[in-house]
Amino acid sequence: MSDPKTFFLDEEEIPFEEGQTIIQAALSAGKFIPHLCYHPEFKPHGSCKLCTVRIDSRTVTTEDGQSVKIPGRAAASCTTPAQEGQHVESEVPEILDLRRTLVQMLLVEGNHYCPSCEKSGKCMLQGLAYDLGVMDPHFPQYFSKREVDASHPDVLLDFNRCILCELCVRASAEVDKKNVFALSGRGNTKHLICNSESGKLGDTNLAATDKAANVCPVGVILHKRHGFEVPYGQRRFDIAPISDNPVQYAPVKEQV
Amino acid sequence: MRHQFELETARNPEALKRIVIEPVSRVEGHGKVTILLDDDNQVHQVRLHIVEFRGFEKFIEGRPYWEVPVLVQRLCGICPVSHHLAASKAMDMIVNGGILTPTAEKIRRLMHYGQMLQSHALHFFHLSSPDLLFGFDSDVARRNIVGVAAANPDVAKMGVLLRKFGQEVIRVTSGKRVHGTGSIPGGVNKSLSLEERDYLLKDADQMIAWSRDAVRIIKTLHRSNPALYDVFGDVPTTMMSLVDDKGDLDFYHGALRARDKDGEVIFDQVSYQGYSSLLTEGVKPWSYMKFPYITTLGEEKGWYKVGPLARVQNCDRIPTPQAEEERLELIAHGNGKPMHGSLGFHWARMIEMLCAAETIKDLLLDPDIMGAELMATGPRREEGIGVIEAPRGTLFHHYRVNADDVVTYANLIVSTTNNNTAMNVAVRDVAKNYLQGHEITEGLLNHIEVAIRCFDPCLSCATHALGKMPLEVTLVDASGREIDRMTKDSEGRVGKGAA
Repeated sequence: MSDPKTFFLDEEEIPFEEGQTIIQAALSAGKFIPHLCYHPEFKPHGSCKLCTVRIDSRTVTTEDGQSVKIPGRAAASCTTPAQEGQHVESEVPEILDLRRTLVQMLLVEGNHYCPSCEKSGKCMLQGLAYDLGVMDPHFPQYFSKREVDASHPDVLLDFNRCILCELCVRASAEVDKKNVFALSGRGNTKHLICNSESGKLGDTNLAATDKAANVCPVGVILHKRHGFEVPYGQRRFDIAPISDNPVQYAPVKEQV
Repeated sequence: MRHQFELETARNPEALKRIVIEPVSRVEGHGKVTILLDDDNQVHQVRLHIVEFRGFEKFIEGRPYWEVPVLVQRLCGICPVSHHLAASKAMDMIVNGGILTPTAEKIRRLMHYGQMLQSHALHFFHLSSPDLLFGFDSDVARRNIVGVAAANPDVAKMGVLLRKFGQEVIRVTSGKRVHGTGSIPGGVNKSLSLEERDYLLKDADQMIAWSRDAVRIIKTLHRSNPALYDVFGDVPTTMMSLVDDKGDLDFYHGALRARDKDGEVIFDQVSYQGYSSLLTEGVKPWSYMKFPYITTLGEEKGWYKVGPLARVQNCDRIPTPQAEEERLELIAHGNGKPMHGSLGFHWARMIEMLCAAETIKDLLLDPDIMGAELMATGPRREEGIGVIEAPRGTLFHHYRVNADDVVTYANLIVSTTNNNTAMNVAVRDVAKNYLQGHEITEGLLNHIEVAIRCFDPCLSCATHALGKMPLEVTLVDASGREIDRMTKDSEGRVGKGAA
């Protein structure tokens, strides 16, 4: 049996299997790369860009003997296949600044009022903001006008918090085979819609047990009549930060 | 009863000089007082203005009901537990008709009495004790908690540690010292572990002893200078509060009782579910804060006061022994008549703090607070009203929730709002008695603020009406002659002429 292939993530050697993306290999090896639209059960999406890494930067020596770093290409690690001998930078200031800025832009683009959000403490966006050291929104609040769709008997949609990750779209199409959700519009008018004649969730065939109703990384898709049942100190990211135990986000190996 | 409109509006304001106290210091939120005086320093108009604007009642609309107890507590950073619990009580009505398990009710009570203790300690020691210990017109640089700490370190330490204990009770029951999540519609999300119970219990006796000391401090001050304490900011008026079914003091639950200025019961054991017909919320064009009154008595005679001085004199008994002993002394001080001097609030407030400390110990010794039954179920409704005795007085929360679980209506009458007319009357009384005809000094103006502080107002909580405030816009030419006038009444109708 030949030696496993490896690449380098922040100078640490990471094994990978043919066909794995950088983020899949990194998470399987216990190295956390921040992400929002990536999910181990779905096809890569590459839209949130939180998992951006720098690949194959080089250092050259100039004629006067100075060492100069030539940055490699930036790529979404959820859509980029791992390659033998690749040098990947993730936990470096330049990339961390980029991720911090992306989170700040998401926080002002929607209406994210964590204090009254049921997802607080188990929200991926909030968890990443803490993990990346986001101390303020930095950008002016966009104050987008969005509605709540409470028409479904068991599930409520609060569009104020949507980050357009399409996890619900993919879950509904790929797992539930229902196509309840889709994105519509372009640019800053892009938004989540429901696939029913009225446009209301209550007129779709979504069930509270569907994968799509349980995959939202933020506080858009909520189960009705349940809120704040887990006390402070016992919520998911109270117990351990989002970056703890990265293997939990890795793809589950298929049983042979 | 003093006429509430006396000194409210001067006949010729343009000819008077204006003094503004802004912001009113050592109170929660932002307010200002305007005083109009003539050339002889005779007072013609005094108004306590609330200049903050919030809007919670409006932006709660459209939100899912289970968010409300957590969302609405953000009205305030000092007594958010009151809003958290009043909203929870209203939502209990909606999710199960108001049923709670014994554990849930006792955990909520523990949280609430912890809040009562920390809020009263904060107000007395941090905000008001500088006036009381040093004098109303003492050196302004010293008239603060730092000055108290320098001159009376034991008193300051007592205040800080009492407040800290109350905050720890809140943290243990709700997860955080400020803005926790312990109470949820239909129950609570945690009970106490044995370790948490023991952690609080070890300090409970000390807190009771310090609370009793605090009562002695204010009682001694009061008795040493009755000429000041019994008459300063005198507001003989109706008093309203919750009492339990035996007529005892209860901060968490009960029915409404009101006594007139002479102590005669006006109504008793009235369910707060009927508050909207019992009370009317008056509005005035110069304030964001409403002016509630008892409907049957009318706007002129129906105004009332709430809070410690009303509660302690309204109830028949305080159910904890040491606080009851102190209550009897306060009642005896009135020689058969209720006390209405505003400084009496401090005495009553410290008695309540003692009651809170004793009750906390009783609850900690009750095994139910470590129970596992946290939630109760029952029939769903679409309307809920929750009322609680907050540190500053009776607090009303009223919501309607539709079949889709979304709030369609919210109305809040906040403790301080109930005291709006009484506070205005108190500052007018002080202005008339202390400022009238005198050269105005900082110390004299502080008398006005002292009167406001007696009520421990939370001005940020109290200003949440949206679109209901009547407005009057007057266009005048360079000589002051009125050219045009537009008005909007409390129903939003716009027209020409006076509001």
